Amino acid sequence: MNWETLLAALFGKSHEVKRDGDLLSGTAEFNGHTLTVVGTTHHAAIGVELALAQARVVLNTVREHPGRVILLLVDTQGQRLRHRDELLGINRYMAHMGCCVELARRQHHPVIGLVYDQALSGGFITSGLMADACYALPEAEIRVMRLPAMARVTKIDEQRLAELSKSNPVFAPGVENYVAMGGIRALWSGDLQACLSTALLDASTLDERAADGAARGGRRLAAQVTVRVVDA
Amino acid sequence: MNRSFAESTARERVTHLLDADTFHEILGPAERVVSPHLALLGVPSAFDDGVVIGSGLLDGQAILVAAQEGEFMGGGVGEVHGAKLVGLFKRALAVQPAAVIVLAESGGVRLHEANAGLIAVSEVMRALLDVRAQGIPVIMLIGGANGCFGGMGLIARCADHVVMSDIGRLAMSGPEVIESSNGVEEFDSRDRALVWRTTGGKHRYLTDDCDVLVEDDVAQFRTTAIGLLGQSLPLSLASMEAEHALLADRLSRYGDCRDALDIWQRAGVAEPLRVADMEAGQMPALKALKPKELA
Amino acid sequence: MPVLVGVVGSGNLEVMLEPHGGSTCTIDITTSARGFGPIWEAVVHDFQARHRLAGIAVSINDMGATPAVVSLRLDQAAAALPLGSKSISGAPT
Repeated sequence: MNWETLLAALFGKSHEVKRDGDLLSGTAEFNGHTLTVVGTTHHAAIGVELALAQARVVLNTVREHPGRVILLLVDTQGQRLRHRDELLGINRYMAHMGCCVELARRQHHPVIGLVYDQALSGGFITSGLMADACYALPEAEIRVMRLPAMARVTKIDEQRLAELSKSNPVFAPGVENYVAMGGIRALWSGDLQACLSTALLDASTLDERAADGAARGGRRLAAQVTVRVVDA
Repeated sequence: MNRSFAESTARERVTHLLDADTFHEILGPAERVVSPHLALLGVPSAFDDGVVIGSGLLDGQAILVAAQEGEFMGGGVGEVHGAKLVGLFKRALAVQPAAVIVLAESGGVRLHEANAGLIAVSEVMRALLDVRAQGIPVIMLIGGANGCFGGMGLIARCADHVVMSDIGRLAMSGPEVIESSNGVEEFDSRDRALVWRTTGGKHRYLTDDCDVLVEDDVAQFRTTAIGLLGQSLPLSLASMEAEHALLADRLSRYGDCRDALDIWQRAGVAEPLRVADMEAGQMPALKALKPKELA
Repeated sequence: MPVLVGVVGSGNLEVMLEPHGGSTCTIDITTSARGFGPIWEAVVHDFQARHRLAGIAVSINDMGATPAVVSLRLDQAAAALPLGSKSISGAPT
């Protein structure tokens, strides 16, 4: 879904979110409260500047608007694949964004992530996946790598991968797989405003994704392994 | 006697990092907590799913430790591997060790379990930050030949301290991926000197992405880790603003640099071409010359 | 105990030795290499002739190691066993 359509569906005309290059930022009014909206569009490649720009918006909210909800909108092709970004330490810039989101959560800002178009490769680890919970539209594309490329890299026959992915959500592309694994809390369809309301009511400070993955059957071991380590 | 960190296995590194005979492994190989997914794909598992975790003493102080085995699946994070790391950080909240030490060697997410690995990386980040919020320092030791990439590269920069040898690399995307996406002109992955200038320990040390640079010697990693015990740097708005300012400053100072040599030169290193041949012990003197320390 | 040597990397293997009571030696092998059954048997047979392990379970995860590397790891693992935990017939280790 196009970001403008999305925002209209969520907020009607009650928002001032603007696009600056691939960066989305601004505020919106929802149920009598102001929200910060920040994210990316145009299948953005997250480079050092874009990671820093998003972090800035989050920090500004923490500094100036105690308790304000932050909505992270995700549309990314992953980290930018350039020598310059690695030279400058893109991992630190992206980690910084993730730590800013964590700071916001710790300072009692509800943070909701929404993959509204693409989330590829590692592009949303430090944005959407650091939120209290991350949601997605049903038509969103979420994947680490497409099957043909995965077949080449792993040297496992693509047919075999495709066959296995029918019964195991652990590696194949697909938003449903992320829901099954607990990475995405739920899909938003139909009345998006109702979905956002529910998400805000549901927002929890605890990381429930491993428990969700176990309950949904997509990630049967993670939660119990974690418990075993704590209890050892 | 020098014991190479890079050439040691994960378990050997932990054994020789900690005080003698104090390492107690949790979910060790005999427990056979293996990946169910690799078996389905016809790929051999490792009994410990490629990560060694446990508790022990470092200079007499109780710590928790994790070490990734870079030779198994490139140290990639899968479901079980990731859960062992998350569990270790959660255990730290319960037992309050003097530090959590992670010997990171990983290509990032294990492709065969890509979705589990990706989610696990963010779960590890959150659990790690919970530990830091309790005032327990998290220390990353990076010195394996496979480097610390992808999701682990992100996790590394969420820790309090990063210690590297120049054999170690710290980055997000590997040079091969960049080359295959954007061409050899963008990044020649076979130019080892270029790869190490861009992502290796010395470069990270000179740009402050690595706090201490050591030789490829387990004893030096040990001594350094001991020195970092008790040095917690909790996250706060002030600390995040300082980090933000540092990162913004880096862009304005070095954003147009084409190569690490340009960055080092601009940072005040008199003979950038000699850096590659210098020893770890000679590097701090170079940092002392950085512009921010002048005037 | 247990003893673990090697890592599951390309051309390599991990060998774990665990006590299991009783007097037999069991060997469990998981390998990515196909069709090498007879070679594994030969390597394992030679290993037992050298070490005559008893009351030990040998478990292997292999990723295409050569017979020479397999033998090496098995010997390294046996060498790491605590004294007195092996051997029915007192054969030198």
